[in-house]
Amino acid sequence: MRALADAALERAVALGADHADVRLQRMRQQTLRLRDGALESARDGEELGLAVRVVHDGAWGFASGTTCTVAAAAELAERAVGVARLGGALSRVPAVLAPEPVHADAVWVSDYDVDPFAVPLAERVERLAQLSRRLLAADGVDHVDASLVQVLENKHYADTAGTTTTQQRVRLHPELVAIAGPASMRTLAPPAGRGWEYMTGTGWDWDAEIDALPALLREHAAAPSVEAGRYDLVIHPSNLWLTIHESIAHATELDRVLGHEAAFAGTSFATFDQLGTLRYGSPLMHVTGDRTAPHGLATVGYDDEGVAAQAFDIVRDGVLVGYQLDRQMAQTRALGRSNGCAYADSAQRAPLQRMPNVSLRPAPGGPSTEELIGRVERGIYVVGNASWSIDMQRLNFQFTGQQFHRIQDGRLAGQLRDVAYQATTTDFWASLEAVGGPETYMLCGTIACGKGQPGQAAAVSHGSPSALFRGVNVLNTRAGA
Amino acid sequence: MSAPQELVDAALAASVADGCVVVLEEHSAANLRWAASAMTTNGWTSARTMTAIAFRERAAGTGIGLVTRSVQTAAEAAALARAADAASRASAPTEDVSPLVAPYLCDDDWGAEVPRTGPDALAPVVPGLAALVDRWHAEDWLAFGYLEQQRTTTLLATSTGLRRRFDQADGRFELTGKSTDMQRSAWYGAHVPDATAVDVGAAGAELERGLRTAAREVALPPGRYETLLPPAAVADLMVFAYQRIAARDAHDGRTVFARPGGGDRIGERLAALPLTLASDPGAPGLECLPFDVVTAGESALGSAFDNGQPVAPATWIDRGTLTDLVRTRAWARATGAAPRPPAGNLLLSADGATASLADMVASTQRGLLVTSLWYVRQVEPRTLLLTGLTRDGVYLVEDGRITAAVNNFRFNESPIDLLARATEAGRTERTLPRERGDAFRRTAMPALRIPDFHMSTVSAAR
Repeated sequence: MRALADAALERAVALGADHADVRLQRMRQQTLRLRDGALESARDGEELGLAVRVVHDGAWGFASGTTCTVAAAAELAERAVGVARLGGALSRVPAVLAPEPVHADAVWVSDYDVDPFAVPLAERVERLAQLSRRLLAADGVDHVDASLVQVLENKHYADTAGTTTTQQRVRLHPELVAIAGPASMRTLAPPAGRGWEYMTGTGWDWDAEIDALPALLREHAAAPSVEAGRYDLVIHPSNLWLTIHESIAHATELDRVLGHEAAFAGTSFATFDQLGTLRYGSPLMHVTGDRTAPHGLATVGYDDEGVAAQAFDIVRDGVLVGYQLDRQMAQTRALGRSNGCAYADSAQRAPLQRMPNVSLRPAPGGPSTEELIGRVERGIYVVGNASWSIDMQRLNFQFTGQQFHRIQDGRLAGQLRDVAYQATTTDFWASLEAVGGPETYMLCGTIACGKGQPGQAAAVSHGSPSALFRGVNVLNTRAGA
Repeated sequence: MSAPQELVDAALAASVADGCVVVLEEHSAANLRWAASAMTTNGWTSARTMTAIAFRERAAGTGIGLVTRSVQTAAEAAALARAADAASRASAPTEDVSPLVAPYLCDDDWGAEVPRTGPDALAPVVPGLAALVDRWHAEDWLAFGYLEQQRTTTLLATSTGLRRRFDQADGRFELTGKSTDMQRSAWYGAHVPDATAVDVGAAGAELERGLRTAAREVALPPGRYETLLPPAAVADLMVFAYQRIAARDAHDGRTVFARPGGGDRIGERLAALPLTLASDPGAPGLECLPFDVVTAGESALGSAFDNGQPVAPATWIDRGTLTDLVRTRAWARATGAAPRPPAGNLLLSADGATASLADMVASTQRGLLVTSLWYVRQVEPRTLLLTGLTRDGVYLVEDGRITAAVNNFRFNESPIDLLARATEAGRTERTLPRERGDAFRRTAMPALRIPDFHMSTVSAAR
């Protein structure tokens, strides 16, 4: 690894690069899919590559390949400089990086017990088949889809300042969907930065979830259609994480705010001039960015620019106080050091500013979910995520879910169907009336958040307690919403 | 470094499975990306990826081992084949089994050198872009966008002796113009497999018209509006429907193509207009793989057993009536129907339609003209109800003229319902789906006139 990195960095410097970094990256991903308990597909993928990025005469250049030899590394450096020269004709603002302490020979491994790639394929298939069979045996379940994605990510990073980091991360995303006629319901188990132990009882109670799912599905299939209107919502973290992801985490990516994604992923209503003043929501709202959270999907030791992982505030007492940064943006906006939010999903891609684990803090000593429900006269308890959509400035959003339980006079009163809630980001977060306590907190997330051109997928977690929102607009999706 | 063809041979030779498919993809890409008139990311990538699929017959059925890796040497290719063999032995039997595809006549040039692309392919566009950026700076406008060129060679070989090869040139050019206060916005996108065909001047002129029009803005409330959907927006909606066109999923009652009570909707009239939805690997300008490549594993849309089978032109909707769905060979046998692999392009056309989008604007008394759609997501699978937003330009049309810009909207609509309600289709033209174009970009679509498009809420996004 060191010889490859040295060859690339030395060549880049010899060609006049002001900065160069190199990544040797291996991504292993195995995907299992079962249909009605039978294996439908098992795919085992591994991508190994080398990437060189330079700043040359103020312009970025990037080149990558899958040939991992000293000669190829030096050639990639030449190609990266060539790309920088080409792009330089269009550059009007030079790229300068914020300084970062040198982290020499740093090693970091994520927190897991059992390497899922060391578990025999037959054992992994049987675990999913077993869970599928239990669902299929239940009354009313016609079909079951099951899937498991497991990822092992290895990165060696080195730059011209002298930082070298070597890291390994593991993550799992299991999912089962029970289908009854036109209705379906998915498990709530979130993807997690854990090993195979996650499938056998650590971090999630599969027995409890599989036992409960058929009855919930039957109730969902027979539920009345919702009457559109304004409702108080108690939102479980299995749903609220996605609302946090779309309306807060993406909106506070500084690259979006500065227009870097204006032609693709979009911009943000949370413009830079409002830092420190924008009333994002209720004073109960405290949101952090954190690349150190245990088992978080965006948790690392160092980011893909050699910046050590950190935790920082994004929204404090309901006010916007921070953005997610990479080194260039930290320098350009005089924000000091980067908070470590650069990530590339493979050696084939240049690092982008990607989100850390962005989470809503629970209220110390705050209410339980039942107590939150008890405060609602007419409302809906929303559990699990499904459909999501938000506009390019992260204002107008619409979400559905897995379960919608009617709340009548402080008690659950059966499920509803065809529910979507729709709001504008700041109105929605202003309607936050209560935040649940630590016992309601759960870390959820996604393994495939898309951004950038060419496209990249990133894994990220979002923690949240249950929370109560007043007077949210609810649509009936069957009525054409 | 070995030639790609040698690596394929090495993998096949190393396999001791009962059957084996090897797919090698040699990919190179160059891209430029700019924002607010400065470069953001740009680069060149090269990758060689091989997939080996081993089939192992046992008393209980056939096991499949599917392994994908980056490979450079014959030894790595052989190791990959052995890994697939091992995976097939460990695999549970699969349900739907077919014999591997036997050799058939084709005129692929298997041994030809593999073409690659690099930053030089983008160079002819840079001076025009630089000039546009500078000119717009003087107008208080900003340029954002992306230019990409790709070359992918796919080599497919089977233990039955089949050899297929396809060289795919691909690319896109997207340009977004915004006023410096970011309050006005316009978008242009094109599928351009050859960057020399990029017309920066035409794209810039189109955006300048949009930005000038947006100087006058009218606020409109949510509601149902007569709406002109341009080809790019129609493409985003139709690709969504195409990706749910598996016969087996319809049979299982999972999609909009399922008939209530059982079976599928083949034979049912879906569109009032004589609209035809088709795929054709040989469609001019939209050429794509003429044989089936399934490296993602078994699904209702494709089977690893079917690798290499020819992909013929297919008509999914014929003059308004649903006529076919995607079927693997195993599912075709189970249902007594013909196999029908999907193709990598999608074409929608209306018999006799000749109107341009400008013609359709001219014949509109009052309505909305949309530029593109964004963040389109499925809300309800059985109706294929989608939600999403308008983006980078909604315009008010009055008495045949564009008179002002309008705020953005969230919509809730099903593309299948839209086919039923469309009252006019324009002429078909090649287009780039704004959102789906990252993964599925070879489309040709008409503009559609929807008399009552449902704009469900207003979005304040600019």
